[in-house]
Formats: sequence, structure tokens, C-alpha cells
Amino acid sequence: MNLHEYQGKELLSRFGVKIQRGYVAKNMDEAVEAYQKITAESGSPLALVKAQIHAGGRGKGGGVKLAKNLEELKTNAGNIIGMMLKTPQTPGGMNGEGKLVRQVLIAEDVYIPEFDQCNEIYMSILTDREKQCNVIVYSTEGGMDIETVAEETPHLVHKEYIDPALGIQGFETRKIAFNLGLSGAAYKNMTKFVANLYKAFVESDCTMLEINPVLVNGHGEIVAVDCKTTIDGNALFRHKDIAAWHDPSEEDATELEAKEFGLNYVNLDGNVGCMVNGAGLAMATMDIIKLSGGSPANFLDVGGTADATRVENAFRIILKDPNVKAILINIFGGIVRCDRVAQGVVDAYNNIGNINVPIIVRLQGTNADVAKKIIDDSGLKVKSAILLQEAADLVADVLK
Amino acid sequence: MSVLVGKDSRVIVQGFTGTEGTFHAGQMIEYGTNVVGGVTPGKGGQTHLDRPVFNTVEDAVRETQANVSIIFVPPAFAPDAILEAAEAGIKVIICITEGIPVQDMIKVKDYLNKTGSRLIGPNCPGIITPGEAKIGIMPGFIHTPGRIGIVSRSGTLTYEAVDQVTKAGLGQSTCIGIGGDPICGTTTMEAVQLLMEDPDTDGIIMIGEIGGSMEADAAHWIKAHGTKPVVGFIAGKTAPAGRTMGHAGAIVGGKADTAAAKMEILAACGVHVVESPAQIGAKMAEVLSN
Repeated sequence: MNLHEYQGKELLSRFGVKIQRGYVAKNMDEAVEAYQKITAESGSPLALVKAQIHAGGRGKGGGVKLAKNLEELKTNAGNIIGMMLKTPQTPGGMNGEGKLVRQVLIAEDVYIPEFDQCNEIYMSILTDREKQCNVIVYSTEGGMDIETVAEETPHLVHKEYIDPALGIQGFETRKIAFNLGLSGAAYKNMTKFVANLYKAFVESDCTMLEINPVLVNGHGEIVAVDCKTTIDGNALFRHKDIAAWHDPSEEDATELEAKEFGLNYVNLDGNVGCMVNGAGLAMATMDIIKLSGGSPANFLDVGGTADATRVENAFRIILKDPNVKAILINIFGGIVRCDRVAQGVVDAYNNIGNINVPIIVRLQGTNADVAKKIIDDSGLKVKSAILLQEAADLVADVLK
Repeated sequence: MSVLVGKDSRVIVQGFTGTEGTFHAGQMIEYGTNVVGGVTPGKGGQTHLDRPVFNTVEDAVRETQANVSIIFVPPAFAPDAILEAAEAGIKVIICITEGIPVQDMIKVKDYLNKTGSRLIGPNCPGIITPGEAKIGIMPGFIHTPGRIGIVSRSGTLTYEAVDQVTKAGLGQSTCIGIGGDPICGTTTMEAVQLLMEDPDTDGIIMIGEIGGSMEADAAHWIKAHGTKPVVGFIAGKTAPAGRTMGHAGAIVGGKADTAAAKMEILAACGVHVVESPAQIGAKMAEVLSN
């Protein structure tokens, strides 16, 4: 589950990590109020207007603007709230339609008193799948896209792997601070910053925590200026407070609806819908659609119990997409019997009544022959197959 | 005896008396697996499916000499169940549970590395040595005893491969479902190594998917040490970057995570890569006949 910047910062501050403070605003009145509060607190008339959407690279699309006074604040907030913000990470990238900005963070100016003495650092924590432990990735090249830094100047990207049993140790936080070239107060503060950040990562069950930039200011203070956070969805049962931060407006409406039906659905931009039991087989089915000359319109795992209700819900979800020209149902019946699934397909089809796209049903496994007969005898516009290759050929046929 | 499990496996079921545990233990017993008992804390002393129930894995091991455990315990409690099995000296621990938090798994895996126990899964269909032992949730009847080993991160896609292998006139030695999570107890490479060393296996099918580098690691090992033909398929060539495709571990984060990148590495390492998941069985038959 992704968090907004302001939520991630709230999380960090609970663990003693110093953050760039701010207030969230959904409209102009709130933005003005937030500006007055934050400038009074910081003692600087400068404030940032930061679009709160679940995507990085917000600055590139004009979603982060500096305001030097109240007038500029009003202009920037007016432009950003309600805009369709395009970033390299929003669907379709800079050429896509962008994401609606529903709220902004009015954030304090942390680059005071002396802008020249400020230094930006990159830091992130994630789980390294190969080494099977958490890793802290850091670099002196803050404020930049870390993938670019890693490609162009790999020697400037450092990694510290943390022992799962011991957790982060003092020598590791010192090593990180030294590698970042810090001394004096900044060095000391950085060791604490890293330790607290790691604690926040582990104790909040993050899968990714990226602070870019981390600011080292003229007083040697270390401040998290931005915060990109992903929480392990499987761990939300022990983080009810974080779970409550879920923002459904950031998600695809159809995907949310599918989730409510217990279906695992991802919307794609192709022309052949699919309905499959099991994630691996679902991906393989998408691939076979492509090999048959089509393009998958979705990923959809109906799960282990592909009964009539689930199949009907899945049909309705897939048919919401106007680009769908055909639907491939691919069920490998193991514990679940194919004849039951076949009956489910027929019932669901009849319940919906009016399905105008060709449907190909491939049922393999327990009672596959009986299932095929149920489909063939139903009188519906449904083509049946038993072998995966037969199903692929049928998809190619209907797309001709 | 193939690998990991077989006739000599003495199996206990953790989460024995729950709905899932009961159903699948019943199926396993029906298949002929030597299920010697189960564990449900607080129900020790009872009998379930004509087998004894124990309060702890330690009790179960002492009384039944169990050497394999299969875990059907909800995700919040599964890490504890895995550790309990390892502490009791169980050599092969199979965790079916889906949805264990990553931070829990890295601690569990780190601990297991210091013991002699091997974990298969979590979030996996289990292991089957056809005709000997089915320790998992896979449909037994699609399998045929034979000499093809299968390693896979997926459930139903494995069944698909099994079915194709059977239809191609071949059977399976052992099928290992290593699971779809980012942190796996047994990696693709480790499973491939076991099958490569198994005298009862002639060919290996390796089914991977987007996310992580397990298949590439296995391919590099195969290139250096492989002695048997390997057929490979990577699911998710059409999956978009940055989206989790059902399995927690199936997500393209970087360039090396994509199906295309992995297929390229597999092919360069001498693995017989199939573009279509419908060709897995036929390819194996073709490779073996050459």
C-alpha cells in the first residue's frame, strides 16, 4: 500500500526522524491557512506547494512549486489543486492523462538560514530479495533520480546490508555518516537519523522507504524533505492506524471494485479480457493472448473457488472495459471441478444476459470432458477448448 | 526416491484440525502419503482423520518420528509455526500459507540458515513425488510417476506443465512449488541443484515469473554445472512494470526483473526456453528425444 508524502512524514516523525513540516490543504482557503501556520512556525515567508499523489517525479510535471509570499502561494495552489499532474511515473508517463491532484502539502522552507550551506543526500531502505535482508541505499547525490546516478556514477551509490537478527548496529550508522562525508553535528545527527529511519522501516513493515532528498542544513540538522513509502499489504493486520490511511481515490475504480469481490484484477490496455485461476497461470494466459495476435486487457485471478457468483462478478468487471473484443477463460481445475466451473460460466452468462463479445472457455483438469459438454450444449456463443494451445488458436481465430 | 519427499516421508500437518488442514490432509492421505499426525495447540490427545493430534511439533516428532511438516496456519501465525518445526528438528518444512509479511520472512529465513531444516514456500502448492508422496494442495491425479523434475513459483501453472508432461508421454520425478513470495525458503537454483543431482531425474522444467533474479541465478548455475536438459518458461512477458501480479513477488522493479530479460539470460545459459506456456511439455519431449 502506497502512502502520500504527508502520511509517510507523519510516520517518520513518530520514530523521531526530523521532517520538513507542513499542512495538508484541499482547497484555497485551507492552503492560505496552512501557509500562514507554517510560515509562522518556520519564521520564513517561503513555503512549498507539493501535490499529493502516489507517484514520483512530481516536480517534473509542475506539481511542486516554491512560493515566496502569499500571492505566489495562491497562484501555485490554484494551479496545482485540481490539476491533472503528469509525471514519469503516472499512467502513460509524461504523455499520459496524468493524475488528479486532490490535495497539496504546504511545506516549510527548510533551506534556511543559509541556502548555500545546505547539502542534499539520497537515502532509501528496501528488502533485497537476493540477499534476503534489508538494505540501506545511500548517496551523496541527493535530489536526483537514483537510477540515473546508479547508471552514470555507480561508485557514488553505497549499500549497507542489515543483519535480520541483529538489526542495525552503531558501526553501520557511523559508516554511512562517514561515507556521506559528514563531520561534527551533521555526522552525529546522521547516525541517529539512519537508526531511526531503519526502525521506522522495520516496525511499520515498509517494503520501500525513500527519502530524496535528505537535507543537511547549515546547523548540521538532518531533515527528511520528501518521503515515498510503501507498506507491506500483508502486514496491515498489525498496523490498523496505517491501514486507515488508504486512499481509494489513488486507485483504479474497477480494480477497487474487483478487490471488494475478492478478485485479484489489474487493468491493462489490451483488447482480450481474461479470467484465470492462479496468478502464474493468469500471467501465462496474458502472454498466450499476445502470442495469438491479441493484447491482454487485464490480469484477473479468480482464485481457487471459481463458482458462478465469482465468474459473474469477473465477467462484469471485464466487460466494463470498452476495449475488450473477446474474453478468454482459462481454468485449470484441480481441487475445483471443471464441470462446476462450466455451470458457473453458463449461469453467469445467462444472468448477465447480453454479452456481445465472443467468449472462449478453456477448462482442463478434473471432469474437463463433462465441462466441455456443458459449455457446448448450452447454446451460448461460447467456444470451448481443453488444451491450452487450442484455446490460443481460438483466440487467434476470433481476432481475425 | 527422487528428491525431498518420497516413501520415507513421515508427515505431520500443522494447523491439522482447521478447515484447510483437514481438507488437504484428507486428500494427502487418500493419495497414499504417510501422514502420521498433526499439530493444533490445545487439541493434543485428540484424534483427527484417524491420526493423533499433538499440542506441539516437539511432541509430534517424539511420538511419530515425523521428518516432514506441512503448514496450514494463517499468515499472522505461520512464521511461528515454521520456527517451531525447525526447532523440533523437522528436515523439510512446507509452508502453504499465503500472505506472510516480508519482515517476518527475512527473520525466519535467517534463522533457518543456521539450522539443518529446509523450507519450501511460503505461498506455494507444496511438493509431490508421484506415486510416493503428495505433500501439498496440488491435484494428485494429474501426476504420473516418471523422470522429469519440475520447479515452479506458481500453483496452477505448475499443474499445467505437469499435465502437458503427462500428455507428452513423460512423467514426473518430483515437482517442487517454491512459492510466489519475494523471500523463498528454497530458491529456484537450490531446487534445480537437487533435481540435477537426483539419479531418478532425466530432465528439468523450470517455470519462473517476473520479479527478482532467482531464475537468472539458476541459469548461471546450470551453465556452469548442468548435466541434464532444462526447459524454461518465464510468465509475465506482457505484465506492466511496477504492478504486483497476484503473487507478492511478481513485480517488475528494474530491467532485470522482466520476463524478456530473464528468458534472454536463460537461453544464453543453455536453457531450452519456450515462448508459449502451451509448449512446455512438447519441448521437453523434443529435447529428450534428441
